[in-house]
Amino acid sequence: MAWVNAIIQGILTGGLYALFACGLSLMFGVMKVVNLAHGDLAIIGGYVALGVITVTHIPALWSFVIVVPIMALLGYVLQRTLIQAALDRGVLITLLVTFGLSVVIESGLLQFINADSHSLGVGESIITGSFSIGSQIQLSYLLLLIFVVAVVVLLGLQYFLSVSRYGRMIRAVADDQEAAQLSGVDYRHVFGIAAAIAFGTVALAGIAYGMYSQFSPTTGTDTILLFAFAAVVIGGLGSLWGTLLGGIVLGVAQQIGAQINQADQVLAGYLVFLAVLVLRPQGLTSRRAQS
Amino acid sequence: MSVVTDTSVRSEENFRVTRSRRNVAWTGAGALVVVVVLALFPYIVYSGTTSLMVQGFIVVILASMWNLLAGYAGLVSVGQQAFIGLGAYFVLILAQHGTSPFGGLPIAAIGCGVAAVPLWWLVSRLRSGYFAIATWVLATTIMLFIERFPSIGGGTGMSLPGLSGYDPTLLVAYTYWIGLAVTVLSLVTVYVMLRGRIGLVLTAVRDDEVAARSSGARVGLARMLVFVVAAVGCGAAGALLAISQLIVQPGAVFTVRWTAIMAFAVIIGGLGTIEGPILGAIVYMILQQELQSYDAWYLIVLGLIAIAVALFARRGLWGLIDDHLHVRLFPVGYWLWTPESGGRHGGVKRGPGKRGLRPRRGGRPS
Repeated sequence: MAWVNAIIQGILTGGLYALFACGLSLMFGVMKVVNLAHGDLAIIGGYVALGVITVTHIPALWSFVIVVPIMALLGYVLQRTLIQAALDRGVLITLLVTFGLSVVIESGLLQFINADSHSLGVGESIITGSFSIGSQIQLSYLLLLIFVVAVVVLLGLQYFLSVSRYGRMIRAVADDQEAAQLSGVDYRHVFGIAAAIAFGTVALAGIAYGMYSQFSPTTGTDTILLFAFAAVVIGGLGSLWGTLLGGIVLGVAQQIGAQINQADQVLAGYLVFLAVLVLRPQGLTSRRAQS
Repeated sequence: MSVVTDTSVRSEENFRVTRSRRNVAWTGAGALVVVVVLALFPYIVYSGTTSLMVQGFIVVILASMWNLLAGYAGLVSVGQQAFIGLGAYFVLILAQHGTSPFGGLPIAAIGCGVAAVPLWWLVSRLRSGYFAIATWVLATTIMLFIERFPSIGGGTGMSLPGLSGYDPTLLVAYTYWIGLAVTVLSLVTVYVMLRGRIGLVLTAVRDDEVAARSSGARVGLARMLVFVVAAVGCGAAGALLAISQLIVQPGAVFTVRWTAIMAFAVIIGGLGTIEGPILGAIVYMILQQELQSYDAWYLIVLGLIAIAVALFARRGLWGLIDDHLHVRLFPVGYWLWTPESGGRHGGVKRGPGKRGLRPRRGGRPS
């Protein structure tokens, strides 16, 4: 029964990891940017939420109403300035710049805030509770909510990309930047919109992680970026549903690892990632070989 | 290029191809003098200075290796700390079994090179940005794996045995000489590699990968070799780190901060030049010393400078020097001498033959 519990918990944390991975996947899919500062930006989202909650006293659960627009704006501005400037100079420079950004953010948070861990207290509400199935399985409402949010975000993104006007533009630019430009689409603006959406999901990821666990300046890279990346690779690059599957596989692997030995939780997840890399480098869902 | 049209008019004898614009013998002799003077340092300066210089050597080695990866092979690895850690732990394990850490250093370095082969097989399945994060995951995985073994210190680390018999001053001097030797060896290796066939393949790939592949360049093999050499270099640096710190802690050797340091040193000094990483390492050491009392500030400053340099002067400090003075301490390309560029000693004269045969790296896209 403990194993069933581990698997169920793993599936639910998988939702959180899919939420981590969403923005990374989107930015790679549209701009071909592998944003190495992805995790640190999510942590910024967490700190912004912390600030917003302290100032306005709104419940942590609703902080996203303010934090998501702030981060989306940051995403648009960052894309139009720094990331676009790097993109114009090639893939190598983009990687170097986002890596630099990651280190600067992490060191900056250490310098200007501190190395302490913070969490977004959800207070006494229904969300902190949990319900039991049988005697061994306990499901927390919070984790369930995060899973639902992840699925809603992925569904919403899928719908937005396939139906809406901006979604079409984003797909057009992702497919053929020059052809889209010729048809009158300002690809820089579209990139900015895509980055804004990606950063919005990054903010959600930061808030969700802050409510689920504790974050500190280093959490951005050693947890969020690496888990997001593992989820993307396990699931298969360029597929939103693959990302959800990848997150779930990673979550289940970690929970099973923790079941065997508490200290091996993270290691177990990475071993599954490496196994996928060896056996199925194109990911679980993707059919074509990746480039 | 006007050079091409000129060939039909003038006799071929007027064209010469050399490695450098200036006489290499002078830079060679200069390098030898620098190494000899550096080797005498333990007799001249206090041990505080030499142990600081060992840190500098470590940064020079790491930066040279990262430059080989990113600047020449186009491989942005964010996981080189994997090999720093492995090098340190190999020395620790060997020392536990009675091998002197100084004797263990070369074995550790070679061990890292051997370990790099299967790891390359794993990460080479992913390209560019995903390759970068994959190396990072790999480094973290290796750290988590090593932390499982309490006999080598588990998660907290342990001190390095086998060096307690040395006189402290002598130990610092030995460490310094070993560090100097590893640095010189690393630079020579990088230089020889880039002058040879691999350098040619890498340059071809950098300019046009498809064309290089279709001309029969064994791109994958060249990249693997670079990855393995970089692993050996970083492993040696890690071993040196363990010897100079006398302690091996997983969190200190496997931190991504090492990759940040090497990347920043390379970008600031000049990506894709052999001289750049040395210059960048010096800049790093100065900034680190100046700002070390302000905690993380030096990384913030370095990171911001690196971002600015990557965007606006991508050939770095050495690129600026090279543009103005045309100096190459380690010439790996070729230089075409045309009649216009003058005679034997006229290398600095302006003329149509100013550009080398080797396409110049970078330059801002116009």
